[in-house]
Amino acid sequence: MRKVMTGNYASAYGAKAARAEVVAAYPITPQTSIVEKLAEFVSSGEMNAKFISVESEHSAMAACVSASIAGARTYTATSSHGLTLMHEVLMWASSARLPIVITNVSRAMAPPWSVWADHMDSVAQRDTGWMQFFCESNQEVLDTIIMAYKVGESKDIMLPSMIIEDAFILSHTSEPVDVPEQPLVDAFLPKYDPEAKLEIGSPKGFGSLVKPDQYMEFRYKAMQAMESSRKRILEVEQEFERAFGRSYGGLLDEYRCEDAETVVVVAGSAAGTVREVVDSLRVKGLPVGMARLRAFRPFPREEVRSLAKKVRGIAVMDRSYTFGAAGAFYTEVCGSLYPLAERPVVKDYIVGLGGRDITPRVIENIFMDIIEASDRGESAEPEWVDVEGLGRRWR
Amino acid sequence: MTSPTTIPEEEFAHPGSTGCPGCGANLVMRYMLKGLGERTIISIPACCWAVMPGYWPSHCLKVPLVYSAFEATGASISGIRAALDMRGEEDVTVVGFAGDGGTVDIGLQALSGAAERRTDAIYVMYDNEAYMNTGIQRSGSTPWGAWTTTTPVGSDRAFKREPKKDIMAIMEAHGIPYAATVSVGHPEDFVKKMRKARDVRGFSFIHAFSPCPPGWRMDPMKTIEVAKLAVDTRVFPLYEIDDGELTITREGKGKPVSEYLSLQGRFRHLSEEDVADIQVDVDARYAALKARVAKKASKDDE
Repeated sequence: MRKVMTGNYASAYGAKAARAEVVAAYPITPQTSIVEKLAEFVSSGEMNAKFISVESEHSAMAACVSASIAGARTYTATSSHGLTLMHEVLMWASSARLPIVITNVSRAMAPPWSVWADHMDSVAQRDTGWMQFFCESNQEVLDTIIMAYKVGESKDIMLPSMIIEDAFILSHTSEPVDVPEQPLVDAFLPKYDPEAKLEIGSPKGFGSLVKPDQYMEFRYKAMQAMESSRKRILEVEQEFERAFGRSYGGLLDEYRCEDAETVVVVAGSAAGTVREVVDSLRVKGLPVGMARLRAFRPFPREEVRSLAKKVRGIAVMDRSYTFGAAGAFYTEVCGSLYPLAERPVVKDYIVGLGGRDITPRVIENIFMDIIEASDRGESAEPEWVDVEGLGRRWR
Repeated sequence: MTSPTTIPEEEFAHPGSTGCPGCGANLVMRYMLKGLGERTIISIPACCWAVMPGYWPSHCLKVPLVYSAFEATGASISGIRAALDMRGEEDVTVVGFAGDGGTVDIGLQALSGAAERRTDAIYVMYDNEAYMNTGIQRSGSTPWGAWTTTTPVGSDRAFKREPKKDIMAIMEAHGIPYAATVSVGHPEDFVKKMRKARDVRGFSFIHAFSPCPPGWRMDPMKTIEVAKLAVDTRVFPLYEIDDGELTITREGKGKPVSEYLSLQGRFRHLSEEDVADIQVDVDARYAALKARVAKKASKDDE
């Protein structure tokens, strides 16, 4: 069934299609319409689930954690301050090995207050042990929720997933979205049936105290699970493509990179604009391409290395900044490249914070800049793009 | 032959907890489970009982338990309840089991949310009147006059100068169907109230008095004696609020509070005037409870 819907409704339809059994959520701009829609689905009986109107995001994730330990498929959604309030329980969820799925409508952190697109909230959760998927379209949001449950619930994975949609650009923009037929989804995603759960007559303890001679093994197993997820994400996406005819390029979604000399690495909704710019520059004869970080965790280090072997220059567009270092995508890309004997020029471009538009002109100028830097063969310090008072015109 | 007690003989808390000698919280868990029985799932946040069940992979309880973040008990029991309801296991009792700091301080928000949503669960706060697992720091539930490591007694006698937070009043204000105080000194009353809480649909709150020998600087042999004295001196009255109706389930004998205070080193520094002030406060609180009961009785007579 094809419907025109926002990214937020795509999230709600995704959770419904995946038959989430417990939804615990708290309102925050610009996520609110996700939980409104889910509350509507549950109250109308269209969705067989328990909806818990918790009193904070911390409680939303805590309720999901306990419901998941009790064996339910769980879903929640949040944004910015809500996600960072959850931080403690995000760590709990992954270390308890619970395949919870959350949509984070990625939004700037205050102060100053801003409700617009920015990746700081999501990037700040990179060490929580969650798989993180940045989406480019509303269709991808819906489809990735379904895929994330299947990946996360795999017995050798058992990890939670964060589906990231950019504030307003996806959350409140309508696009045609195909809502897959329920029997097809049910065939693709069977009922969640964990090996262990809270059960009467089986007095297990979940999360007990361990000694220093046991703790590292728990962490080691979580590491192995996250590493295994690389392969599993690809398998599940292939299976999804067979069932529904759509796929999104695995961990690193490459566009016109086969013969590209310089590429932009980007995540989220800006990728759509980068594609347009790549096409227009190609018309002008410039061999450029785009690599979209679809997964930030696990980080596609092998894919990035393969790409780097083919190109002269990589421009990384970061919609967040780690103070005292650089943009997080940039440092991760650079870290992945270090083992290579020969590395391309890599430069970090800080763009679009707090919802500032990332226009085709800005992206074009980034391409021109990285082409020049590649010609000189010089990497440079991170550059803040389109900032008042810096002199350089990007727009 | 009839049993000399109404308390079930079956144990759901095995020996082997790592609690201190004379630990009141050990008995709170034991009596609570005797009242609730085997079809119970417990959520435990950071507190003494997060450690007391023992190291992974074993634990000393005969029921399933899940550990949760310090401030998350109310949310955790809401999640468990929702998942069980989806499985059609409405008869399983879900319990949040938290200390006083995890309840009246850091956990108050999630507790309030769970109560307001009328979550079908029981929340048991075992009150040892300070952060005991971290080594005796003041909590909102520490009574006026008590020494703790963060209310040290110095030259200015800087013991805790603020009264204990009245969690029962806070919970009653949520309009929950059942709230009761219980004490390890009175197990029959304790177990009876647990059964009542279990059989109530909706949210119940149990405030359990739980002496802590190391934290209270008292003889571990005197846990029961101190618990009984708390009731007899009316420092910790035993009552229940059932659908808004308050009943004192055991009359305090009105012994002087000094008998209770003098057994605990945490009150050693108090002057006679301080003790007299505590007596005035305890008398006023008890009189207020009695007045509520009397008002209800006279209304019923009309």
